[in-house]
Amino acid sequence: MNETIGYQQQTLLQRLNWQDWLYALVIVAGSVFAFIKYAHFMDAYEVTFLFGAAALISYLGWQWKALGRLVLGVGVLSLAAIAMYHGDQARATQVFFLKFLIASQSAIMWMNVLFVLAMVTYWFALYRRSAFTGRVASALTWAAVLFGFVGLMVRWYESYLIAADVGHIPVSNLYEVFVLFCLITALLYLHYEQKLNTKQLGGFVLLVINAAVGFILWYTFDRAAHNIQPLVPALQSYWMKIHVPANFVGYGSFSLAAMVALSYLLASKGVLTSRLPSLDVLDDLMYKAIAVGFAFFTIATILGAMWAAEAWGGYWSWDPKETWALIVWLNYAAWLHLRMVKGLRGPLLAWWALIGLIITTFAFLGVNMFLSGLHSYGTL
Amino acid sequence: MRFAVSLLSVLGVASVIGTVLKQNEPYENYIVKFGQFWFALFEHLGLYDVYHSVWFLVILLFLVVSTSLCIYRNTPLMLKEWRTFKEHATEKSLRAFSHQATFKPTADYAVVKQNLLQFLDAKGFKYKIRAQEDGSELIAAKAGTHQRWGYIFTHVAMVVILFGGLLDGNLPFKVQEMLGYKRIETTDLPVSKVPAESRMSVSNPSFRGNMTLAEGATHNVAFLRVRDGYLVQELPFAIGLKDFRIEHYATGQPKSFESDLVIFDPALKEPITKTISVNHPLTYKGIAIYQSDFQDGGTGLKFNVWNLFTPNNQPQALAGNIFGEGALGEGDAQLRVEYNDFRKFNIINMSPDGKGKPHNVGPNVTYKLRDSRGQATEYVTYMQPLQIDGQFYFLSGMRETVQEDFRYLRIPADDNLSIDGFMGFRAMMLDASKYPEIAKRIAEKSLGVRGDPQMKKQFELSLVRLLTVFAKGGYSEVAKVIEKNVPEKEREASATTYIKMVNVAAYEAYNMGLALNKKPLLKNSPETERLLRDSLNAFSDMFFYGTPYYLQLNQFEHKEASGLQLTKSPGQKWVYLGSVILVLGIFAMMYIRERRIWLYLKPDAKEVHFAMASNRKNLDFEQEFNLYREQLAGIAS
Repeated sequence: MNETIGYQQQTLLQRLNWQDWLYALVIVAGSVFAFIKYAHFMDAYEVTFLFGAAALISYLGWQWKALGRLVLGVGVLSLAAIAMYHGDQARATQVFFLKFLIASQSAIMWMNVLFVLAMVTYWFALYRRSAFTGRVASALTWAAVLFGFVGLMVRWYESYLIAADVGHIPVSNLYEVFVLFCLITALLYLHYEQKLNTKQLGGFVLLVINAAVGFILWYTFDRAAHNIQPLVPALQSYWMKIHVPANFVGYGSFSLAAMVALSYLLASKGVLTSRLPSLDVLDDLMYKAIAVGFAFFTIATILGAMWAAEAWGGYWSWDPKETWALIVWLNYAAWLHLRMVKGLRGPLLAWWALIGLIITTFAFLGVNMFLSGLHSYGTL
Repeated sequence: MRFAVSLLSVLGVASVIGTVLKQNEPYENYIVKFGQFWFALFEHLGLYDVYHSVWFLVILLFLVVSTSLCIYRNTPLMLKEWRTFKEHATEKSLRAFSHQATFKPTADYAVVKQNLLQFLDAKGFKYKIRAQEDGSELIAAKAGTHQRWGYIFTHVAMVVILFGGLLDGNLPFKVQEMLGYKRIETTDLPVSKVPAESRMSVSNPSFRGNMTLAEGATHNVAFLRVRDGYLVQELPFAIGLKDFRIEHYATGQPKSFESDLVIFDPALKEPITKTISVNHPLTYKGIAIYQSDFQDGGTGLKFNVWNLFTPNNQPQALAGNIFGEGALGEGDAQLRVEYNDFRKFNIINMSPDGKGKPHNVGPNVTYKLRDSRGQATEYVTYMQPLQIDGQFYFLSGMRETVQEDFRYLRIPADDNLSIDGFMGFRAMMLDASKYPEIAKRIAEKSLGVRGDPQMKKQFELSLVRLLTVFAKGGYSEVAKVIEKNVPEKEREASATTYIKMVNVAAYEAYNMGLALNKKPLLKNSPETERLLRDSLNAFSDMFFYGTPYYLQLNQFEHKEASGLQLTKSPGQKWVYLGSVILVLGIFAMMYIRERRIWLYLKPDAKEVHFAMASNRKNLDFEQEFNLYREQLAGIAS
């Protein structure tokens, strides 16, 4: 708590120390460098996003110091990888550190391994009630997130190495967004882990993350989906940079809520009850996660509509992906109504949140797999 | 409220239907997929355009009405809650609160009051002080009541968004259709012949239509697809296409589609020229023009036509263009050629396991050959040879019905990657006058035979017979003869012998053809063996090609047509406005927490009574109450 018995509350700016300002300076310097070097290739919107992202990362790093450290770590490793490339794609298989550590595919594979290890460690910590093991699990999760973001950043660079017109931000197909999903869900979890000061839910949230990891592995080895493809004309837009990440904050939150709901249902039936936080805390967390997810999902759907109006001839075409996004939205709107207005608590809402994951998964993945439409960029 | 939640669920379920049943397909597809009975039932339920069906619109209408009622009923209450400090609370009611505490301050009353007010200020609470009859004072404070606006915003936003969406539905047309003023056109008519009931005027407030514009053409109408027909939408201006371009990545995938458009409007001083591409539409007079897709615009084609079944090796010339027609042959056997489509780029994955990278194999042309009875066979022929298993082949696919897959004739390319080698060979194999010479050459080279004149003659005769049979129907014909004349036990042996003989004859025939054209002769080698095998297979398959005519595309004059989508969406700004209000409302409802604090000061009894409430009971509130109680205890001491 920032407050003491002396109840006067300091504002955020008053609470910052020199390290915070140095951090912000580094972020701003990086964005200015990027602007100077690449403004020529960016339109007005993308420049806005560049500086907006810098401001957002600074703010988030101030509010959550661990995130600031992650950002710096990602920056250092990504820049190291870029430096090692010497502008030559072929070095990915020649240079030791690229090949085994920080070339984009290597980093993403490390992310996969670390997520698996983290889940196992969380469950072990839960079983043994060991605080130390819990801290190890948390560190493994942070490491996984670090490598995942490094993987995406280096992938961004590698796409430009293929050809200048092939380069793009790595949120353009099913493979890339699955990695993003893992990272956002993990970050959301780590945020709540710190805020609630409990590591007992790690094993649960990492279940859904590892399901995604399993998919990533299959998709890589069976379909060679990790290969970087150029963007089809419809995706060549600044909208992709905001619509897709916003969607994944939504999906990540809903998935986290579903896993917390799972733990709630187990705890309410007497399984692992003594090891898990109280039902009240779990219930509250479920609500908060769905609230955040709903807010961002709304924003993402609106951004998608605005993009569609520029690309496809109308803000709403009842395309299967759009329609399923609406169905997911309606599902959680109904959930929130029941909770906020009716004051409902308890197992019913937990079941609903858990089953909501099926609807969310279908909108995320099922539509691409089974249905066709304007959104089939990542068909399997 | 329960009704609202059920409505949300019903809307969700109803929306699923349109995702599992493909919407707005041509009706024939549905008939083929579902059969007559289910097709008719689904049509009756409006499932082919479910989101514009009457019952779906009724659900949306219910949602609008229900939400509006909620807004109407609750807004006065919300506004009251937002404004009020609830300063009329009595001491008795405050003591009944679940979250309350009592403090006994020792300090001076005025000081305590000052500190309490400072506390409230620091925590962001606004307050009102109400003096009580017995000299006590009640400080009624509130914070975060702006949350109530969140309720108003979110629900108003839903109505605004649905209103905007309704403006962009085709309700005016639907009403006119129900009243009989308008109907959709289902037959393929030239635009000028479409009657007035199937035309929408320029004053149509909202539509989404398509326009296919060939390079060099200008149009002033768009087509609105409705169910299994269409409407003609008049435009207040004309659009011309100067040029359409596709750019490709190095991998062969499309990189961009661009159209250079010209807008002609008598109201303009000068026509507007603008290049549009995907994600970069042009808006003029409220109508947005999008780059949607593209197709052929009437490419000019020049063919060499071979008659596969004559020994004549001279092709005839044939010219035409896409969407046009031509004729082949004479009299009863005359075939009408319908040129359907030309594709300049064909990105195909040619690797056998499907895992390699796709690449561009060059242009192809799709056409139909229709006989005098109206039966048509469809062909797709590639202009350039494709590499399969390390060898180049000219591919031409044929099929007799749309449901079938194409079956391909594979003609091996010669050393110059041309079809001439095969055609020369084919001519030789069909020319009966050449058989004796072929037979003679083979006999000369055959050790077992050339010594004996009698055997040689027999040998030559049987070869000539074999070639005659082969020229009638390739391997299948030979198989038929074997079945008729050879006893079952010996059939396999005969077949092997005949195939060997045909191969040897082919070698001679091929070389004779090459010599005639003064080309270098084939040598004995594995490549030659393969070439001969492929040539013989192609020759045999010729008889199943469905037509004697092989159309080889020689030249083309590419003309493209750009596929544009035109939309007029007056509802768009309402939907965007509603969206902004919705997001503000959601954040207000979730992140602004309404809390109320009452501090009942009793100077005589030296007592401060503290009560706290929130319209949402949750953990944050509990924690906040505990914290404030602790902090107030410090102040009110």
